[in-house]
Amino acid sequence: MDLYEHQARELFEEHGIVVPRAEVTDSPKEAREIARRLGGRVVVKAQVKTGGRGKAGGVKLAADPAAAELTARQILGMDIKGHRVGKVMLAQPVDIETEFYVSYVLDRAAGRFLAIASAEGGMEIEEVAATRPEAVARIPVDPAEGVTSATAGEIAETAGLPPQTVDVLVRLWEVLVREDALLVEVNPLVRTRQGQILALDGKVTLDDNARFRQARWGADDTEHDDALEAAAAAKGLNYVKLDGEVGIIGNGAGLVMSTLDVVAGCGARPANFLDIGGGASARIMADGLSVILSDPAVKSVFVNVFGGITACDAVADGIVQALDTVRLTKPLVVRLDGNNAARGRAILDEHAHPLVQQVTTMDGAARRAAELATTA
Amino acid sequence: MAIYLTKESKVLVQGMTGSEGMKHTRRMLAAGTNVVGGVNPRKAGRTVDFDERAVPVFGTVADGMRATGADVTVVFVPPAFAKAAVAEAADAGIGLTVVITEGIPVHDSVAFTTHAREKGTRVVGPNCPGLITPGQSNAGIIPADITKPGRIGLVSKSGTLTYQLMYELRDIGFSTCVGIGGDPVVGTTHIDCLAAFQDDPDTELIVLIGEIGGDAEERAAAYVREHVTKPVVGYIAGFTAPEGKTMGHAGAIVSGSTGTAQAKKEALEAAGVSVGSTPTETANLVLARLGEQRQ
Repeated sequence: MDLYEHQARELFEEHGIVVPRAEVTDSPKEAREIARRLGGRVVVKAQVKTGGRGKAGGVKLAADPAAAELTARQILGMDIKGHRVGKVMLAQPVDIETEFYVSYVLDRAAGRFLAIASAEGGMEIEEVAATRPEAVARIPVDPAEGVTSATAGEIAETAGLPPQTVDVLVRLWEVLVREDALLVEVNPLVRTRQGQILALDGKVTLDDNARFRQARWGADDTEHDDALEAAAAAKGLNYVKLDGEVGIIGNGAGLVMSTLDVVAGCGARPANFLDIGGGASARIMADGLSVILSDPAVKSVFVNVFGGITACDAVADGIVQALDTVRLTKPLVVRLDGNNAARGRAILDEHAHPLVQQVTTMDGAARRAAELATTA
Repeated sequence: MAIYLTKESKVLVQGMTGSEGMKHTRRMLAAGTNVVGGVNPRKAGRTVDFDERAVPVFGTVADGMRATGADVTVVFVPPAFAKAAVAEAADAGIGLTVVITEGIPVHDSVAFTTHAREKGTRVVGPNCPGLITPGQSNAGIIPADITKPGRIGLVSKSGTLTYQLMYELRDIGFSTCVGIGGDPVVGTTHIDCLAAFQDDPDTELIVLIGEIGGDAEERAAAYVREHVTKPVVGYIAGFTAPEGKTMGHAGAIVSGSTGTAQAKKEALEAAGVSVGSTPTETANLVLARLGEQRQ
């Protein structure tokens, strides 16, 4: 889960990293009050979980409290790359002398975290990394040792950062470890004309797997801005809404992704991703069907199950029971393969639901579901 | 021969007395796995009766190894305890640790895969279905009865896609199938398995299954080009997955321009790997490369 800038700022502050004075609001009127408290002149920053805010007009300087209110009114509700701005952060402007870049990020290939630092921070860091890689230091961190003052010193020296940044590098590592983050980034880390080192903007990505020991963070508020996704999440389903007309149910993330591809290859668009896992019980099948059938864009539904540990006859029983509780309104194409496939198919044949048809191969079933969706 | 796991392997199960551990230990035994013990500090000294045999429970992995000569352990413990379980197995000097547990924090996976590497223990997983050498041994949760022994080696991030290909190619059969897991950090990579299959006389052809996220498949492609002389057939899932959305596996997320299915497919094809556009087409490519007909 990505944090908002203001949440990242709060975390940095808790771990002793100096940040600008700032407050968050969703109201232009309150923005005026905040600006007054912060001394009048403020930077108004859209709080969205995407990059390129500045270029999209989501970051603006306001000269006084009245201007802050006006600017907040403009920015709130703005759409930035599909993200609606619900809150703005107002921050005291900082007198910047130099901008640096520092981050810790997971290096999947090496299976450890990597410190990335550059003396040339700011908006163009990605371009710097692409055109002059030598200006960006990349140093792997030993997971058992972590970042000590000595390691931080090495990172700062390699990247050409001033010695005052060593303390920030150590504290930033603490943020990464204590909060179970997969990424912490400060860009820019600035030195002010007064010589202070300050984290001006930050990005933190937390590990969803660590929620069981990181109780303070609730669910991601942007995760389910779609009503169907919210309904599916409430039923504990692993569902992602897509822009198509063939509803998809399958077992196992890899097989479901593959199913989306095969349906797309048949000239139709998948309406969703839904992984019902290995068990494929009647309840989860019914829950999944009801969410998919409530999607008005769906014209046909493709159930693609490979019977492994849960054999196909058990899956077929689950489908039959689900059809007792959910009223089927759209054609359902079922492909069962794997253990006890013949018995599973016989169970569905016997049930003989008028809207259910079986195709024995994945490719053939995808073709059928695509036809039904595009001719309906 | 096969890779990593044979009928000689003596297998411990950490978390055997839990419900998942019990269910899958029974399945592993039925598949012919030589399960020599379970590990649970609170139930040490007891035995658990499965259909065919009574399996002793040891207090530690080290005790289990001393008593039985175990060289493989399969980990079913909950996510919060996985790091300690793997560290214990590595410290005891076991050769192979298969981590089935799903939902382990990445910081823990980083710590235990690094620690195990230093101790010389191979980790498969986490968040994986394990590995199977059909007809010999099954360490994990892969259904054993959907295929038979044969000459294809398979390495995959995805469980159900592995099963799908195992089933489609059941008439040819498999030397070993390794589910390496879809998490961002895993102990055994596609490349490790490619190297092992290349050296395995029982393996004639290698199937490599990947999915969006990371660049493991691109690196595997580079490895194939340099080091693999056996035919390799590939399949990649996730062409239609939208950018920035996680789809089930923590690792299956596309961000930015790298990690897309298209980039992976192109990298593999450039290295001489035939890549199927559906699982069935992939199976057909395997048959063609082996000069076999679908039965």
